[in-house]
Amino acid sequence: MITFMNNSDSEEEPCNERTSLMSAESPPVPSYQDGPQASEGGEAQAHRKRRAGSSRGPNNVAGGEMSGSGVPVRESALENEEEELTLKYGAKHVIMLFVPVTLCMIVVVATIKSVRFYTEKNGQLIYTPFSEDTPSVGQRLLNSVLNTIVMISVIIVMTVFLVLLYKYRCYKFIHGWLILSSLMLLFLFTYIYLGEVLKTYNVAMDYPTLFIVIWNFGAVGMICIHWKGPLQLQQAYLIMISALMALVFIKYLPEWSAWVILGAISIYDLMAVLCPKGPLRMLVETAQERNEPIFPALIYSSAMMWTVGMAKPDTAARGPSQQTWDAAEDGREHLRSPSHAESQMSETRSPVPTRPVSSLEELEEEERGVKLGLGDFIFYSVLVGKAAATASGDWNTTLACFVAILIGLCLTLLLLAVFKKALPALPISITFGLIFYFSTDNLVRPFMDTLASHQLYI
Amino acid sequence: PAFGLFIFTIARDPLRIIILIAGAFFWLVSLLLSSLIWFIAVKASDPQDERLQKGLLIFGVMFSVLLQEAFRFLYYKLLRKAIEGLVALSEDGCSPISIQQMAYVAGVGFGLMSGAFSMINLLADALGPGTVGIHGDSQLYFLTSAFMTMVLIFLHTFWGILFFHGCEHRRWWEIAAVVVMHLTVSGLSFCNPLYVGSLVPSYLLMAAAAAWAYLLSGGSAQNLRRFLLCKC
Repeated sequence: MITFMNNSDSEEEPCNERTSLMSAESPPVPSYQDGPQASEGGEAQAHRKRRAGSSRGPNNVAGGEMSGSGVPVRESALENEEEELTLKYGAKHVIMLFVPVTLCMIVVVATIKSVRFYTEKNGQLIYTPFSEDTPSVGQRLLNSVLNTIVMISVIIVMTVFLVLLYKYRCYKFIHGWLILSSLMLLFLFTYIYLGEVLKTYNVAMDYPTLFIVIWNFGAVGMICIHWKGPLQLQQAYLIMISALMALVFIKYLPEWSAWVILGAISIYDLMAVLCPKGPLRMLVETAQERNEPIFPALIYSSAMMWTVGMAKPDTAARGPSQQTWDAAEDGREHLRSPSHAESQMSETRSPVPTRPVSSLEELEEEERGVKLGLGDFIFYSVLVGKAAATASGDWNTTLACFVAILIGLCLTLLLLAVFKKALPALPISITFGLIFYFSTDNLVRPFMDTLASHQLYI
Repeated sequence: PAFGLFIFTIARDPLRIIILIAGAFFWLVSLLLSSLIWFIAVKASDPQDERLQKGLLIFGVMFSVLLQEAFRFLYYKLLRKAIEGLVALSEDGCSPISIQQMAYVAGVGFGLMSGAFSMINLLADALGPGTVGIHGDSQLYFLTSAFMTMVLIFLHTFWGILFFHGCEHRRWWEIAAVVVMHLTVSGLSFCNPLYVGSLVPSYLLMAAAAAWAYLLSGGSAQNLRRFLLCKC
């Protein structure tokens, strides 16, 4: 799922039209790795190495000239190695993704468990117009299915809208949209969140302090996400906004609708990324064709960005290897497997000389990394948060869902390493998560409770 | 302690973390299946009959133990395949992680998951107000639960090593021994709340398993002495 792109889009839309509602609609952002990659793609073009199986990535000219002589030779010889490296370094990248996903989930679960606000039902989003307070089961089911249909269609419309905008090069509009939505997230939601947390712990804070804190937080966040900033700070901000979005979802989606929506989103994700006419795929391909990076605000990247300051001048040979990343361009949610250049090369962090592309000073080197769309983070956290909020088996269910999602992520990354294309990150994990949630809640819980009451151990 | 094990030995290497999580996943699946069976059995039987319920519970526990061991075996098979893949992929022809390390990590994975499931609701309740054992149950409930969980986590770790070793060298008796030990420990927990009956033998078994696993992993009394005396 190109979770990435959609996210901001949807947020912005509602934001403009109905600021009164918490329209935290997160567009089904497929986790395309593409997105960020697209952005990096631009810079990385020069560095891009041919390999990386990813179909995307036209490294084109810039890359070619850079590595010039070294590359072609290296390429052939290293074809096989690339495969190996892909899998060998796969573990590292899996972990690089595990950590943020885990962090996001921990934040969401901690908040759900401690702050009452997010588990109270205070109304619904405009995107889920049917209420679930009906007396009969059939009616409730019908309402939740209708809610899902409405939500998914809104998401589809927004995604298509975004793709159209992108195709017709209305970049300013998209950028403005993204900026507005992240503004709203960073300021409004943070304000509400902080207010609720302070209320829960009975800590008083006066308005001026609050204003200063939120202003600083939001401003730094905007800069970090949309412009340059230390990677870790950017990652932290992305995690925080994903958690905030997930919390809003958990609060405002009615019970059954939430589960049906999760299921439907994974199916949508699957289709949008893999079908040739899917909007996300088109977005990725368009970005690839144009060698442009995808908007930075939508994708979580685990790669390192290094400025040239530490570069050594003779990195020409090593440049290409650094680039193996093949960022699959934009893809919203593609998980992009890093292209793997020689392992030794990858370890060295020399900046890639991108003379043809930009001035030496501004070179930014990216190490290999994997990208995951923010929407993926959000939906994973929604699943785990809902499990924490509504399951009666409490922690067992939450833990089970957590492990299920991580395993799904592992499998998806494995598939990514095998297929080397942008892949939807949602379906496998969400399927596992849903299966485990329902089965743990209904089957395991009575078993464990009985065992615990007799203090038996298995 | 298990968490300490995790931090010091596993958290460094990403491959181990993956194996750990996969191990936890396998344990979870086995738990799921066994509770499914138990659930069906309970639903199909008379809820009023106490003895039958208890009997069913015991049956459920035993069945779950057997399933856990079966899943450990499945996990072993999967790891074998994975090792072959890793060897093929690595540059110098040898796997970045040995089967013993995998056995250790898999054991820890199983243990952590089982420990977490046993303890975590207890811990959450322990944070809240209340008195232990107010209805005439033992007052040491929390303590004994904690110790029992710890011993179980360690045991899972050692069983993992023993089990994989047995599978590697095709010594069926080792595998059978692990299964029997597991059954024994679970059975011993039936003695609760007569704690002396369950905790003490469990710890003894754990010490035995620890020594066995240590010897199997290539340690020896000499190594131990050198380590303890900080010689080099």
